[in-house]
Amino acid sequence: MEILYNSMYYVGAAALILIGLYVILVKSNLIKVIIGIHLLDTGVNVLLVSVGYIKGGKAPIFTGTSLGPAQFVDPIPQALVLTAIVIGVGVIALALSIAIKLHEHYGTLDLRRIKELKW
Amino acid sequence: MRKWVSAILLGFVAAGFFIVLSDIPFGNNRMNVAKYYIDNGINETGAVNIVTAVVVNYRALDTLGEVTVLFVASLGLGALLHAGKDGSGNKQRASLVVRTGSRILFPLILLFGAYIFVHGHLTPGGGFQGGAVIASAFLLQYLAYRHYRIDRQKFSMVESISGSAFVVVGLLGLAIGGYFLSNFLDKGVPYSLFSAGVIPVLYVAIGLKVGAELAGIVAGLMESGRG
Repeated sequence: MEILYNSMYYVGAAALILIGLYVILVKSNLIKVIIGIHLLDTGVNVLLVSVGYIKGGKAPIFTGTSLGPAQFVDPIPQALVLTAIVIGVGVIALALSIAIKLHEHYGTLDLRRIKELKW
Repeated sequence: MRKWVSAILLGFVAAGFFIVLSDIPFGNNRMNVAKYYIDNGINETGAVNIVTAVVVNYRALDTLGEVTVLFVASLGLGALLHAGKDGSGNKQRASLVVRTGSRILFPLILLFGAYIFVHGHLTPGGGFQGGAVIASAFLLQYLAYRHYRIDRQKFSMVESISGSAFVVVGLLGLAIGGYFLSNFLDKGVPYSLFSAGVIPVLYVAIGLKVGAELAGIVAGLMESGRG
């Protein structure tokens, strides 16, 4: 229980990633698969930010007050995630547009009924 | 069957997470490169926001690549959804509250987005976040008015000009400072608006580019749903 409490953010991020992977692998509705991709994306972002956290840390922005460099969290994962979120939006939008085209072509979003994608 | 195979696979992934993350204790210490950025960032770049210093100065080349990824995604969406048909509009009219509210909020949201990317080197936020806020203003317009259309040509013009501005600033840095995307302008006084050299210039370019791209994505999805 102690180790679970100490690494709660890791557990949460890993849970999001695993739920996302499960949804991608198991669900047959294309919209649900896209939701799974987004859950996976969010989980990876949370994991990256929580790896850069230090105990009692603040956002790495100098404000001219008493906050010193020793209290700042790691800025590099934040810089990575900042762009990854926007790119995630772009990728999800692209996936949704492919889903729209598939629905126009096959008349369904059920992956079991779209022949070429069956597994 | 498929569920069980997936569950076993996920078990392996979870074990991998546990093995890797048990070597990285939560919330302990930073990497050396992060220490360097925090200790020297404000002197070397003039930016108070260290995340911005990393995104637009130390790692600006990677940001150029990321902007390109977003550009390719929006390009693919435009190519897939480009039907050219004029939809007949939503079946239901938006309520009076939404229409009046969006008329009041639209300029304010645009202003807030611009504020976020202009102050990217001073406060939390920057070009990507400001661009997303600006795109949300256009989404609100689409939700409120059935026959609303953005002018695609003007938006792609803004996108092209701001994307080129990013590269031109980088090439000017190559000519003046000696390497691509070097911070060749005067660093100024930290904590003031006109500081940090090329960082605000680049962030304004990124903000306009991301805003135009995401607004184009919103427009593509909304207009295809209406068709």
